Amino acid sequence: MEYGLDLEYSFNEFLKGFGLSSEIAHIIWLPLPMLLVLVAAVVGVLVTVWLERKISAAAQQRIGPEYAGALGVLQPIADGLKLLVKEDIIPAKADGILFTAGPILVLVPVILSWLIVPFGQNLLISNVGIGIFLWIALSSIQPIGLLMSGYASNNKYSLLGGLRAAAQSISYEIPLALSVLAIVLMTNSLSTVDIVNQQSGAGILSWNIWRQPVGFIVFWICALAECERLPFDLPEAEEELVAGYQTEYAGMKFALFYLGSYINLILSALLVSILYLGGWGFPIPVELIAKFLNLPINAPFIQVFTASIGIVMTVLKAYLLVFIAILLRWTTPRVRIDQLLDLGWKFLLPISLANLLITAGLKLAFPQFFGG
Amino acid sequence: MSIAITTQFICFTVLSLVVIIGALGVVLLESIVYSAFLLGGVFMSVAGLYLLLNASFVAAAQVLVYVGAVNVLIIFAIMLVNKKEDLKPINDIKSRRIISTSICLTLLSLLIRVDLTNVWSLSSPQNSIGEESTIRIGEHLFSDYLLPFEVASVLLLMAMIGAIVLARRDVMSKDISTGLPVDQELIEKSSEPLLTNKN
Repeated sequence: MEYGLDLEYSFNEFLKGFGLSSEIAHIIWLPLPMLLVLVAAVVGVLVTVWLERKISAAAQQRIGPEYAGALGVLQPIADGLKLLVKEDIIPAKADGILFTAGPILVLVPVILSWLIVPFGQNLLISNVGIGIFLWIALSSIQPIGLLMSGYASNNKYSLLGGLRAAAQSISYEIPLALSVLAIVLMTNSLSTVDIVNQQSGAGILSWNIWRQPVGFIVFWICALAECERLPFDLPEAEEELVAGYQTEYAGMKFALFYLGSYINLILSALLVSILYLGGWGFPIPVELIAKFLNLPINAPFIQVFTASIGIVMTVLKAYLLVFIAILLRWTTPRVRIDQLLDLGWKFLLPISLANLLITAGLKLAFPQFFGG
Repeated sequence: MSIAITTQFICFTVLSLVVIIGALGVVLLESIVYSAFLLGGVFMSVAGLYLLLNASFVAAAQVLVYVGAVNVLIIFAIMLVNKKEDLKPINDIKSRRIISTSICLTLLSLLIRVDLTNVWSLSSPQNSIGEESTIRIGEHLFSDYLLPFEVASVLLLMAMIGAIVLARRDVMSKDISTGLPVDQELIEKSSEPLLTNKN
């Protein structure tokens, strides 16, 4: 199934045409996809912030941002600019080094995780063999950054927020990893590209959501908890903790937290669409469309069509999930800390364990449906 | 030297420096919080060294277990019992420092000697299994390393049950440290009345 555009190869060939060695061409190539993904992540955040403002306004029967650009589309840029030019304050009694390092430690693992998000057969930065496991490992670094900024702020609300964030993310990581494990069991591979290809057999019918409905729901709940979105936003519960670990932050350092949480939300939505909703797959298999149009699958037109439909489908599915997350945020009340931990340890953990066992049993019983 | 080898060399130098300096910081710094965070840095750099050795699965497992679980728990514990107290000066601190330094130096020289005298059987880069290693690790865990793996999990289970018993005083009729009978009421209840002796 090695089809699709290989942009790296053609780019290297193009540079070699100017007489550069292949190593130099490779080094010039390397930063390009990373930069592209970084830009994509930031633009994704801007779009999500605008959606959040508009949808929350609709949910509360307001109009929302209106004057900055048509329908207020420039409002997130205005927000970003405001944070950019604000004074960078470090409280006098705070620990300067940890206070600065905290937000960086929160943001960097999230952005690194975009390494494994595929938008097409060859449209990802690196098809690493450990794929989805890399994301699980990287997302476990985040609590350290939260604890660090909570401690360094020298503020009891911040410390409590940091502790809550760490407790929450530790308890929800386990069911999250277990539901990912069920998918990996069906795919026989940790690589995200293999996970999507395994779902591409019969279009919408072969998506993992039909074979893993329980896993899908558990994963989505855990992803929301990991992103600290309402109903699980205890670490920054305004009424109890002012703003949790972000209380003392201002300016660009606050913006790093803000960016981090929204990039994490988009990343989680992308991963749900990759793991359960067929990733870049169109609901009707592209091979069928090619056959219908009487074109070979390797024709340039079909390849460009496949690549663009892949990106559109991935982004569309992810934003559908982001929409659901925003609706959830503005319609559900917050859970209490004991309810949160009860849900994580006494409900999601046994259910995801049972899901894993049942998946393993079904895989042995029906290898043709659940991966052989 | 090709660019790939140069990059590898630079990465190795930086990672080793971070490991060594970070580990020294963990031991020598006065502030326990800094020590704990530096420990996380050391774990991360060790994961980086694994990555340089083409062991990506081991590197990710290192990050997940040591940084994501062990180090977070250490920091968590430090912050929950974060008492600001001045440490008492110890009288014979100098001799203690000399003894511990000499023990550490002896261990270091032993390790260096092992490193220099042992004949390491290094596989050539062509023979390295790379991405395959995840599958190999799984096969080993379920065949020849099955018993140690299961024993380790039983050990962890025992430790967990023990921790729960120690933490939940209501399952024991006597206090473990003092031997006094424990009141079987709510754990959250304060052991001393809060408001009675105020006046």
